[in-house]
Formats: sequence, C-alpha cells, structure tokens
Amino acid sequence: MKRTRKKTMSKTIVNVVLAFICLIWLIPTVGLLVSSFRPAVDILQTGWWTVFPHRDYVTQSTITLPKDTDLRQPIEVNGEVFDDDQLRSGVTAQDGSRLIWENRRARTIQVQQPDWKVNTNFTLENYNGVLTGKSFEIMQADGTIKAQKGEGLSKAFLNTMVVTIPSTIIPILIATFAAYAFAWLRFPLRRSMFVAVIMMLVVPLQVALIPILKDYTALGLNGSYLGIWIAHTGFGLPLTIYFMYTFISQLPKDLFESAFMDGASNFTIFTRLILPLSVPAIASIGIFQFLWVWNDYLVSLVFIGSQPDVQVMSMRIAAMVGSKGSDWHLLTAAAFVSMLMPLTVFFALQKYFVRGLLGGSVKG
Amino acid sequence: MLASTPKTSKSRNVAVTLAVVLVNAILHSSIYLFLRDTNLPSVLYALLAIIWGVLGVYSIYWSFNWAVEQYPDIWKRRIQPFIFVGPAALLLGWLLLIPTLRTLYMSLMDAGTEKFVGLSNYAAIFTNRLLLTALRNNLIWVAFGATACICLGLLIAVLADRSSFEKLAKGIIFMPMAISFVAAGVIWKFIYFYKPGDEQIGLLNAIVVAFGGEAQAFTSMLQPWNNLFLVAILIWMQTGFAMVLFSAALKGVPEDMLEAARIDGAGEIRIFRSIIIPAISGTILSVSTTIVVFTLKIFDVVMVMTGGQYDTEVVATQFYRQFFMYRNAGYGSTLAIVLLFAVIPVIIINLRQFRKQGGF
Repeated sequence: MKRTRKKTMSKTIVNVVLAFICLIWLIPTVGLLVSSFRPAVDILQTGWWTVFPHRDYVTQSTITLPKDTDLRQPIEVNGEVFDDDQLRSGVTAQDGSRLIWENRRARTIQVQQPDWKVNTNFTLENYNGVLTGKSFEIMQADGTIKAQKGEGLSKAFLNTMVVTIPSTIIPILIATFAAYAFAWLRFPLRRSMFVAVIMMLVVPLQVALIPILKDYTALGLNGSYLGIWIAHTGFGLPLTIYFMYTFISQLPKDLFESAFMDGASNFTIFTRLILPLSVPAIASIGIFQFLWVWNDYLVSLVFIGSQPDVQVMSMRIAAMVGSKGSDWHLLTAAAFVSMLMPLTVFFALQKYFVRGLLGGSVKG
Repeated sequence: MLASTPKTSKSRNVAVTLAVVLVNAILHSSIYLFLRDTNLPSVLYALLAIIWGVLGVYSIYWSFNWAVEQYPDIWKRRIQPFIFVGPAALLLGWLLLIPTLRTLYMSLMDAGTEKFVGLSNYAAIFTNRLLLTALRNNLIWVAFGATACICLGLLIAVLADRSSFEKLAKGIIFMPMAISFVAAGVIWKFIYFYKPGDEQIGLLNAIVVAFGGEAQAFTSMLQPWNNLFLVAILIWMQTGFAMVLFSAALKGVPEDMLEAARIDGAGEIRIFRSIIIPAISGTILSVSTTIVVFTLKIFDVVMVMTGGQYDTEVVATQFYRQFFMYRNAGYGSTLAIVLLFAVIPVIIINLRQFRKQGGF
C-alpha cells in the first residue's frame, strides 16, 4: 500500500520534470513558428509570447494637453504633477492607471489600465515575401512606408530538391552494390577495402574539401549539380556502405544458394532479391542521407558558392542572416520554409529514422 | 565452342567492353553538357536532372555487368565483384582517401602550395593567437557541448522510460535533429536577440529583464562565455540523438535483474550506478565518440550565429576562412589535418569494435 503510493509519487515527479524539459525543448521552435505569422512591425515591438493572454497596459482613454504646455516644466495631468521623462517611460498615477505619451509633439497622453490582452494580429505576408520575392510595403513604427524586396526562396527550394534527391539515391545504390559484394562475393583486397571504409567513417570532410575543389575547378564541375551530387555521394558512402553491409550480411545464406542453383546471375540476384529485401534498411539510411544533404551547408557553400542559380536553401538563409539581420519577419518565415520538408519526413517516417540512427551511430 | 576459338572470343570481349565504356562516356557526358548549357524551365530541368542522376548510375552498372556477362565463366567470376565495388572504391579513393593525403602534403607547404616549409604551419597554428582561439573554442565545445548532450540524453532517456508519455516526450526532444543548423541558428539568434531599451523581443533577454536583470548581447559580449550560448544550440539539437540511442539500450537491460536488485533493497540511484551504467557502457562509448567527432567538426552554427567574430572561431570555421578568404592553403590544410588527428582515437575504437564483432 505504502509502496504503491510512493510509486505514484515518484511517477508524478518524473512526469513533471520531463514535461518541463520538453517545454524548454519545444519553446524555441514554437517561437519561430508564431513569429513567422506575425506582421513585421509587431515582431519588432513585442515578444512573440504576447500572442498568448498576458497582463499588459491597455489604453482606456487619451488626454490632450494644451498645445502650449512647456515640456521643460513640471506637467500637470488630472491634478497630479509629472515631468517629461516620467511621461516618456510611463508613470503610475494615484488611481493605479498608467500615463504615457501617445504623441509628445501633439501633447496627447494615453491613460492605461492593466488588463488581459492578446495580440492576435497574424498575417501570411511574410511567407508571400520569402517565397515569391515580390516586394511588399511595410508600415513602420514611425508611420513611414518602406518598400522591401522579398527573397524568392521557391527557386532555392527547387534547387535543394534537385541536389537532394539524386544525392540520396545515388550513394545508396552504389553502396548497396558494394555492400552486396563485401558480404557475399569473394575477391582480392576485400578485407583491406572494407577496413578502409570503416576508417573513413569519421574522417572529417574538411580534410577532403580543398583537393576536391581543385579537381572540380580543373574539370569545370564547380557550381554544377553533377559536382555536388558526386561530393555528397563520396561523403555519404562510408556510412551507407557500412549500414547496408550490416543488413545484407545478415540475410539468410540459403536464399542466395537456391537462387544460384537456379542459375541466376549475381546481377539478377541483386536486383530481384537483395534490393527488394533491403527496402527497410534502405528507407532508414535513405532518410538519414536525405536529411543530411537537405540540411547541409558546408558542402554546398564550398562547391556551389559562386553560382546563384544553383544555390540551395541553407545557403540562402545563411546569407539572409547576414544581410537582413533584424528582418525577423523574413528570417523566421524563411527558416520555417526550410524546416518544412525535414519535419514532414521526420514525423511521417520517425520509425525508420530511429532505426537508421541505431544502425549508423558510428558515424561522426 | 568457346574453348575452340579462344582468340576470337577474347578479342570480341575486349571490343564489347571498350564499346560499353565508350557508349557510357559519350552518352553521359553529352547529357551533362546538354543540361549544363540548356535553358529549360526550371521545373522541367529539375525533373530531367533527377531522372538522369538516378537512372544514369543504374544504367552504368547494368551495362558494365552486361559486358562482363559475355566473358567466360572463370573471368566473369573474377571481374564481377569489381563491377559491384568498383564505383564505390573509385569514388572513395577520389573523394576521401587521396584528398586526405594531398591535404597532408599541402599542410607541409606554404600558402600557395609552392615551397616546402616543413612543420612551420603546425608551429604557427599552435602559436598564432587567432588559431589558438579556434583550438581553445573547440575544446570548450567538446568539454561542455558533448558532455551536456550525453548527460542530458541519458537523463531524459531514463525519465522517459518511467514516464506516462514516453513517445511524445521522445518525439519532442528528438525533433530538433531533423532541422538544419542554419535554421536552428535563426531560431536561436531570435532567442538571443538584443535591442537597447526595455521592451525585449528576444526570449532570453525578456526573461532576464523580467527578473530585474540587464539585457545583454549574449553572443557578442561576455567573452569567452559567449561561446557557451552557441554550445547551447548544439545541446538542443544533439541531445535527442543521445537520448534515442540510450533509450534503446535501456530497453535492453534485463527487467528481472532490476527487479532482483529492488527486492534486495537497492535504491534507484544505486541500481542506476551499479546495474544500468555497466549494462549500457557500450552504447555510452559509441554515443560519446559520435558526438565528440560531430562537435569537433562544428561549423554551421558558428558561421550563422557570429561568423566567427567575438572570439567564437572554431577550427572548422577558421579552416574555411584561411582557405577561402585569406587564400592560405597551407594554414587551411593544417587545420583540416588537426581535425583529422583529433578523430584518430575514434577511428581506432571503431576498428577495434569491428574486429570484436567478428566483422570478417
């Protein structure tokens, strides 16, 4: 009896602590998502959390002082006396309301009361701006209108697709062929080649970038899709070979023997037997490679760098961070557009993703 | 029949092989040139490029294999494995193995790779202030980032295992792994955002102000502690990875062992220390090495958050800067080799692990 109660207690503590950690983990993404739907002016003036109900001063009425009020003198409002600085930052009057300048030059003062408030000003303009690249007008805080050019991320989105899909399928195809040979065929240097693959699992790709870049410049591959496919294929191969090898080498031996008896060639066995049987493993490592390439920044930066037509999304967003540092309405929307694909893949195929992680945890 | 006319069949085989190689070379290079110079609408272009990329590779395997199938059996059996591993071996050789050696060679040369300078690049890296900062920061990243990922990952895995919403919690912690470091950079830049004045729109500064503190520019002031604010991003993203692996390992700890210990009166902490930790030590090792290697190579976060300013440079960003901005191939290569040396222990661990599993 006592023991069960103790158990429930500890379970509650576990749940609360875990819920708290989850909340911390979730808040950054929620903040981005909420902000990406808020108008540019709102983002810069109030925190995104103000979209939730919160206590804030809400303007009840305005008082207009005589036009000739001298701001250097103490100012009398509703029978109380304040100075200019107080009214600028807001000051609490005796009845609990807050007084603050609405327009200092026109001598109007807002009378505010604390109340529950929700900022529910949402817009799709930000997404419109980053996707189409159309320029749109922003009413700024001081009343002036600023025309601003958007980003045109849709082309970058397409580029990312063209880079990512072959960069996912090609290494897996090549790796599966190789893994089949490593697992079931006998040939000279088999062992040393596989040891080399294992050694390359954690080699930092920085080590390879400069020489490859030199080769690419000589071959004219810089800034071409082919070049970046080859680069991603090379960097992805060690892990994909290792992963596919562990899977394929564990397939039952009888399977191949009976196929061989029937006179099937290695290629037939591979396409008719190995590939279909490996679908779960291919799905796992495929998601991994897909996310890795989709999210990559360094490889694209080095091999696409100078070609604006081929630029992928991560490069565009990184460039935006540099050039539009505080245009949060654009940055948040752009970041969310780039997250859309990985998050969809992640939530739809979480099971395979986790399996890929468990099998591929040796990679750096 | 084959035996009676070895000469003709051999020359026929060579001709077939040459023809296959030639057809492949011409076909694919002309497609490549066509795609490079064409002005197709971008969606159509994208589709063509994807189809070519994928079917092209398959057709190369298929055609080469077809050529080999024409050979006599004994040759077929000898050559075929190399058709299967050949492309992988060639790519790995070209893109990883040989470049590593070339980088090693360049690290012994001067900035323009013209004169042999011995180890003086290495000497420079360990004396130059900027480069030393990069090394120091990498140590900070590994010491704080990797450690925190591993500890938090283990803690959350244990908590999730005992909670009532395991799946949901794991999904939430794990989700940041799916997004890019660049997007994560934007997310966290917004959290750390600082603007003068009372009304803060960055979450962290708003919290600081709400507790009566002074708003700060976290990523640029407070050196060298600003590095820790960047490390937090890594922790946010990689803890999920550690958690998933630990969680799977925890499920593998036999339940009756834990039950027996409980009946003997062992407390939960004691059980954790003397049963769970030893049982999952293998996983702890592999998670640690993976995260340490990952952390050593950290690049994107720093690049997006500060661009390496305010003493936040790490080895990978300094590598990029030396080679691509200062055009100093010597320093660039040396920094890359330093990274390589740092992961050598991990390579040895991996090889040992592989041999233990019976590998081959």
